[in-house]
Amino acid sequence: MSWFTKAMSSNIGKKLIMAFTGLFLILFLVGHVSGNTLLFGTDGGLAFNAYAKFMTTNPAVKILSYITYISILVHVVYSIIVTRTNKTARPVGYEVNAGSTNSSWASRNMGVLGTILLIFLVVHMKGFWYEMHWGEIGTDINGNKDLYGVVAKAYAEWWYVLLYVVSMGFLAFHLSHGFSSAFQTLGLNHKKYTPIIKGVSLGFSILVPAIFAAIPIYMFINS
Amino acid sequence: MNITLKVWRQKNAQDKGGFKTYPVANVSPDMSFLEMFDVLNEQLLAKGEDPVHFDHDCREGICGMCSMYINGKPHGPKDAVTTCQLHMRSFKDGDSITVEPWRAKAFPVVKDLVTDRSAFDRIIQSGGYISINTGGVPDANEIPIPKKIADQAMDAATCIGCGACVAACKNASAMLFVSAKVSQLAMLPQGQVERKTRAERMVAQMDEEGFGACTNTGACSAECPKEISLENIARLNREFYGAKLKSENV
Ligand code: SF4
Ligand code: FES
Repeated sequence: MSWFTKAMSSNIGKKLIMAFTGLFLILFLVGHVSGNTLLFGTDGGLAFNAYAKFMTTNPAVKILSYITYISILVHVVYSIIVTRTNKTARPVGYEVNAGSTNSSWASRNMGVLGTILLIFLVVHMKGFWYEMHWGEIGTDINGNKDLYGVVAKAYAEWWYVLLYVVSMGFLAFHLSHGFSSAFQTLGLNHKKYTPIIKGVSLGFSILVPAIFAAIPIYMFINS
Repeated sequence: MNITLKVWRQKNAQDKGGFKTYPVANVSPDMSFLEMFDVLNEQLLAKGEDPVHFDHDCREGICGMCSMYINGKPHGPKDAVTTCQLHMRSFKDGDSITVEPWRAKAFPVVKDLVTDRSAFDRIIQSGGYISINTGGVPDANEIPIPKKIADQAMDAATCIGCGACVAACKNASAMLFVSAKVSQLAMLPQGQVERKTRAERMVAQMDEEGFGACTNTGACSAECPKEISLENIARLNREFYGAKLKSENV
């Protein structure tokens, strides 16, 4: 093994990979949520469809989307590896454990939260991403694939809306720990900046899932 | 005070072990938690039973030997104290208290509440030392060190190696301990010679011993009797990345 692979296969190295992929996915969320705000538009989805076309055809976006797929995959695979290591590190558990007195619920349940989010992601990608790429969908008056129509139809179902809203709650908890935790793993802990990171982390993990969740609710009400 | 103790009993490393319940009467609120165990053990000896084995040495919070997981928390309910400094006045008359050993693959149970924490010793041996000059005794103020740095290094150096951080961590990670030991030397001029090799070797040994990976829950620092800060873990991460990038060890 080279010094590099050795470093990356240490427990700290594995966590570094989790942090980098996690932070990239946070950046992805910023892009995703800003694009989604077009769904609040009153143009019958024309702007959103044009945006969807751009996102699936622009070569620069293509590269970014491949990095996103890889990040998700690596984040999931490494989370499984790290979780297994961590489970074997304590073969016999405690009879009584007061974990809630020393750490946040989200920080102790990142694996569970991540698993739920992964299931959500599969449903979500089947519903929209797959349809956009390979599904049989009509076109709008500009000749763009009418992804807006697919979205509007999906969000007319109350249970679909509920699934999205609840999943965004889980995303909020996952982010509430993951965002600031990634910086700590990168070694970025500083008396001046850590309080700022913590504040941004909290704001981000409330605001972004809230906007995501507001869209299906808004579209359901308007359906 | 009357206390009911539910204690982990295990004959030896091979034994499966299990909990046993003992009533302890006439406990003084001024007794330390360990003194209460002394009372219990005298009762057990009088009945010809095997006393409960537990680690202890200084009984004044500086050696790090005492190690009991009390009602779900290492060193019990109070912040910033070791088990030996915990007093029975922190409990109520009639309380039932569950006492378990540290649980980690790297800390196997030897007997009852005694665990083998020599994994920590091997981590220290791998890099937690400095080179010193031979010759005459150096002057105390020969090496200038800024007060802030000296204070931070001293704070890290207060770690007594008890292992409560590992016990509290859901991943049984030793990051807080190792980060304290790496930090106290990395911040001082005396620690510079081995700085990179130290970070590399101590991290490698920590993984070798079977401790888990840090997921930044912060449980370690919250339960640490010496309140070692999480800033040390970030520093260990930096030291490790820096060492891997810059050291000559391929
Ligand atoms: S860091 Fe704290 S809890 Fe861990 S070994 Fe040192 S003193 Fe004990
Ligand atoms: S017995 Fe020494 S710290 Fe408790």
